[in-house]
Amino acid sequence: MSEEPILQVIDVSKSFGGVQALLDLSFNVRKGEVFGIIGPNGSGKTTLINCITGFVRMDSGRVIYQGKDISNHPAHKIADLGVTRTFQIMRPYYSLPAFKNLIIPLFSPRARRTGGWRGGGKLGDRDTVSIDILEEIGFERDSFVPYKLASSLPTGYLKRLELARCLALRPDIILCDEVFSGLSMSEIASMVPLIEKLQMDGITLIMVEHRLRELFRVANRVMVLNFGEKLSEGIPEEVMQDEKVKEAYLGSEKVLDYTFEA
Amino acid sequence: MTDSELTRGERRKERLDRGIKVRTEGIYAIASWQEASYLLLPRLVLIVGLLILPFVMPSLYWNRVTSIVCIYVLLSLGFDFLAHFVGLVSLGGAFFIGTGGYIAAILNTSLGLSPIFTLPLATIGGGLICTLLLLPCLPLRGVYFAIVTLMYPLVLARIIEALNIFGGTDGILGVAGFSSRWVEQYLIILIVIIALFGLRRLVNEDIGLVFRGVKDNDQAVRASGLSVTFYKAIAVFIASALGSLGGAYLAHIYMWSGISQFALDFSIIPIAATVIGGGGTLVGPLLGCFILVPISELLRAFGTLRIVFYAVILMLFIMYRSEGIMVYAQRKYHQFERWVKV
Repeated sequence: MSEEPILQVIDVSKSFGGVQALLDLSFNVRKGEVFGIIGPNGSGKTTLINCITGFVRMDSGRVIYQGKDISNHPAHKIADLGVTRTFQIMRPYYSLPAFKNLIIPLFSPRARRTGGWRGGGKLGDRDTVSIDILEEIGFERDSFVPYKLASSLPTGYLKRLELARCLALRPDIILCDEVFSGLSMSEIASMVPLIEKLQMDGITLIMVEHRLRELFRVANRVMVLNFGEKLSEGIPEEVMQDEKVKEAYLGSEKVLDYTFEA
Repeated sequence: MTDSELTRGERRKERLDRGIKVRTEGIYAIASWQEASYLLLPRLVLIVGLLILPFVMPSLYWNRVTSIVCIYVLLSLGFDFLAHFVGLVSLGGAFFIGTGGYIAAILNTSLGLSPIFTLPLATIGGGLICTLLLLPCLPLRGVYFAIVTLMYPLVLARIIEALNIFGGTDGILGVAGFSSRWVEQYLIILIVIIALFGLRRLVNEDIGLVFRGVKDNDQAVRASGLSVTFYKAIAVFIASALGSLGGAYLAHIYMWSGISQFALDFSIIPIAATVIGGGGTLVGPLLGCFILVPISELLRAFGTLRIVFYAVILMLFIMYRSEGIMVYAQRKYHQFERWVKV
């Protein structure tokens, strides 16, 4: 992890009608870190991800990625630069088998440019590459799971499929929108090492999460949002001691204790 | 008591795929001639059936009907492709036919090009013009796209009428015909076969998966670094090129091109054929056209009343076999069914 910022968000504002979803929000994400974004429901976390990745037009502000202004670029152009995202409500291609789901990102200009998975020559047969990626992300290669229709997969696999879609693009940044939500404790337990491995591979992760305990295990820094504004930013333990955060987000001492038990 | 004696409610139908299907759709393990013929036979029946059609129905009249059916097949293939593999419901059949027809007629009458050149030029040119005109509404989804595609043929017909360009209401007369009726027949039948198997292959290629991805979930396609509008444009080009080819063919068959080529029949019949034949199979619309168009010819004696028969047929299909003939037939063909105790 270096100090150099890979993504700079400067004074981003967004309102939907009368609702101010984001208000002059600024922060930097350093290369190779896991950056957590937390906040109560409706605090603008998903809107922030939508704004950064071009799915929602922001009203004002700038997003600088590796020195390049990507504010309000089309979503596919931003993904093409390596800033990828997962969706909170999973968006697989339900009518296709799981491994065929990855053919689409592998077909993209970026995947073709960046070549094979894990730096091995030119992109070979896309079917093979997609099975490789799925194995990487926790689909059992020799089982029937990768060949099943996405519509018949359980939530855990669909969340992995979301991550796999990002990985197929060989991203520099993944913005994870609640990858832990809706998963059982054992599913989360197998997901955490995955996140750690992605970080070791040099991918910068921005994680929006409600599952604080799991997030704090992997996050280097977290930012707390409330009503579209930044309350606090820093390493997890410090942020959670912040009075404003306690008040606005956690509400009581009790929840805070819960957060750090185990 | 055997399973077949169980009453309703005590039994359910169990469906099993035949053994040669491996893991996922479209991959088969073929070990014997028997199994190979199981897959080849339906395809051969279709191809041979189409090829001997001009001999089975040798009269000039039915020859002409076959050609018209084939033109409708091209439109229906385009409709099914757009609706079930790209997620765009297009009512632009008349638009495509009219554009192709006028391009072929103009190229033939003013430049004197023979059908060998006008057909491909009208295919590409018609595809490009239709795609360009539809480009602004490609970000639209669902019914909005359908409305815009329905609007174009109406608008273009009125423009030609009002400005009296391209022959106005008389249309363009004196377009060259085909050298013989055998050429006329077999050329369009070959085009249909190539279009059908070409599209079937296309939708299972990687780019076809992108199209299906656009239908399933266009946001995920954007997140995958692919421009949704670009791929929609390619798909619309394919469908409109097929339709324009049909239109150009129509112009050469009737040796005429006029505003009746913007008639809504060309937009509606492909939809009816797709419903009856089974959407998403590509073969289904072909079958639907070969059922619907001849029926409409047989009902010609009833005049405008035939639209009633049409409506009844369509309604019965929607009520009792909404999946369509081909989806039903493919299920029966590819799966064993047996009753099992609940």
